[in-house]
Amino acid sequence: MRVLLFGRLGDLAGWRERSFEPGPANLTALKALIAAQDAALGAALDGPGVQAAVDKTIVRGDCALAAGAEIAFLPPMSGG
Amino acid sequence: MIRLTTERFDPGAELTVFCAGRTESGAVASFVGIARGDAGATTALELEAYPGFTEVEIGRMAETAAKRFSLHDVLIVHRHGPIAPGEPIVMVATASAHRREAFEACDYLMDYLKSRAPFWKKQHGPAGPRWVEPTAQDLDDIARWE
Repeated sequence: MRVLLFGRLGDLAGWRERSFEPGPANLTALKALIAAQDAALGAALDGPGVQAAVDKTIVRGDCALAAGAEIAFLPPMSGG
Repeated sequence: MIRLTTERFDPGAELTVFCAGRTESGAVASFVGIARGDAGATTALELEAYPGFTEVEIGRMAETAAKRFSLHDVLIVHRHGPIAPGEPIVMVATASAHRREAFEACDYLMDYLKSRAPFWKKQHGPAGPRWVEPTAQDLDDIARWE
């Protein structure tokens, strides 16, 4: 499974894309795995305004993850 | 039409093409957002997009606006990657039968783009890089439409 970090999350982690093999079965487990490796990043993923997208669809709360899923963590957006 | 580009674009040329051949749209409104230099405090902007997601989300905003304001057509051009002060970042053009809908749809789309479009904006300058997030004003602006 592929994990993507955008904006300040990528700077904080020092990576913007990583693969997790085998990937956790759900989003909560993925966040726990990331937090165990990098506590600051783990806290930031649960921070205000951070959304998660699974296969390019925003999800709220927990969500089952397929082996080949693409999970993106999105801090507050700002275009224009 | 929604277009993301890392290349500089010419808003005048885009508008000419957008207006061409319209015999039923009595009104076209447009907005161009330009990168500000903030008197030297901003030397460059860097916009990160999520390819495959950003276009789809902006397309949804455009569809919603098209229905709400009875638009005949919408154009959104948005830059990503590095952008120098003075360069256009975003352009919105809307076409409708009468002016009010075109003006309002343009305003609406810009408010949504500012705080809902999947871009992450980094400001570079003498004070170091800084990620820009929607301001209280941006959130008030979008609340006008909800």
